[in-house]
Amino acid sequence: MSADIKITIIDREGVEHVVDAPTDMSMNIMEVVRAYELAPEGTIGICGGMAMCASCQCYVHNADEVAVPEMNPDEEAMLWEALNVKDNSRLGCQIGITPELEGLIVELAPAE
Amino acid sequence: MIETDIIIIGAGPTGLFAVFEAGLLKLKCHLIDGLPQPGGQLTELYPKKPIFDIPGYPSVGAAELVDNLMEQIKQFQPGFTLNEVAETIEKQEDGTFIVTTNKGTKHCGKAVAIAGGLGSFEPRKPDLENLAFYEDKGVEYFVKKPEMFAGKKIVIAGGGDSALDWSIYLADIAAEVFLVHRRNEFRGALDSVEKVQALKNQGKINLVTPAEIVELKGTAKLEAVVVEREGQREEVACDYFIPLFGLTPKLGPIADWGLEIEKNAIKVNNALDYQTNIPGIYAIGDINTYPGKLKLILCGFHEATLMCQSVYNMLNPGKKYVLKYTTVSGINGFDGTRKEAEKAVVKSIE
Repeated sequence: MSADIKITIIDREGVEHVVDAPTDMSMNIMEVVRAYELAPEGTIGICGGMAMCASCQCYVHNADEVAVPEMNPDEEAMLWEALNVKDNSRLGCQIGITPELEGLIVELAPAE
Repeated sequence: MIETDIIIIGAGPTGLFAVFEAGLLKLKCHLIDGLPQPGGQLTELYPKKPIFDIPGYPSVGAAELVDNLMEQIKQFQPGFTLNEVAETIEKQEDGTFIVTTNKGTKHCGKAVAIAGGLGSFEPRKPDLENLAFYEDKGVEYFVKKPEMFAGKKIVIAGGGDSALDWSIYLADIAAEVFLVHRRNEFRGALDSVEKVQALKNQGKINLVTPAEIVELKGTAKLEAVVVEREGQREEVACDYFIPLFGLTPKLGPIADWGLEIEKNAIKVNNALDYQTNIPGIYAIGDINTYPGKLKLILCGFHEATLMCQSVYNMLNPGKKYVLKYTTVSGINGFDGTRKEAEKAVVKSIE
């Protein structure tokens, strides 16, 4: 059985990318974006994935269809101060890739 | 003037370990860091988090690793300039470098190693047209001199502790304070939230929520901001606008040193010694970039080691250095201490 799921990432130019994301490598959305080079290096995941910058902010488009994990306090605190925040904002680094995310659609927020 | 062999900019794990490797080569180091204590991100951002990929440590706390590094380099007596940001660098005719901090402290070194990690944390700036034009002309990101706001009309934006605290403080000295936040809720100390509520009730703080600043206005200096609330725009006359949206990591002054920057990091020659495009200036750890770069502490340690060898060769041209193992040769500290493996006792048995 494949350990990959399909997720859709809309880059900062509005281009949709349907990518295979592995569920067995402890990866998160931010790391998938970097792995597929969907955002220029140095503009995403600056803090390394510790919810200490908002460079991986993304908008979750179908949270009603896909079971996205709940926001943790660190993520909430960072989004409190970040720019371009919407109701569906999340930090990509805090969304681990799991089988439950099959079909997830996220859009990268503008670079700060 | 502080004089040393290697000026290390950044006192995170990579910068600290560079002191050890330099010490083995009899090179003295002085570290500069904008933070008030050594350790970089490890101490400042996640001191209690465990790190699992330091060789020899199945798990080590970030602060514990820093403590161990400090213990390891103690015998090499590094100097520290803390709470100051390296602002300028000048290369002298004799090949040495003068690094001056934002507080005017001057350091002279034969080589410079930039180990700045994420860089320096700078205020997160709102995406507003002409924001840069109004900086220092009404737009301030810090409240450095509270007295300059006395009797003025001030607009503060933000929803965290800083926005709350400064609204409270300035409410007493300013002519008028507007606190604008995009949500109705504030995230801060309960005490601060309650104080703001009380000051709002007393008419000392004008609370504008949920709202955002969408435009700045003024000719020579800031004269007003435009606040958008529930689709309605309103102009608010003011002398100062203070956006307080936290900090974000940037390269900082280093970006203006003439170094080759790529992907928001300093490009180095990793095939040789992590030197930048300026001979004598190196970049090690998370702040550098090269093909195959991995931002890991253990990679920073490796880069620091090769950097020190390169500095040694640069300062001692033609001198042959034979790599020694500390297990065999021990360590001679600059403080007169010596560490070495215990010698086996040779004794005949009668």
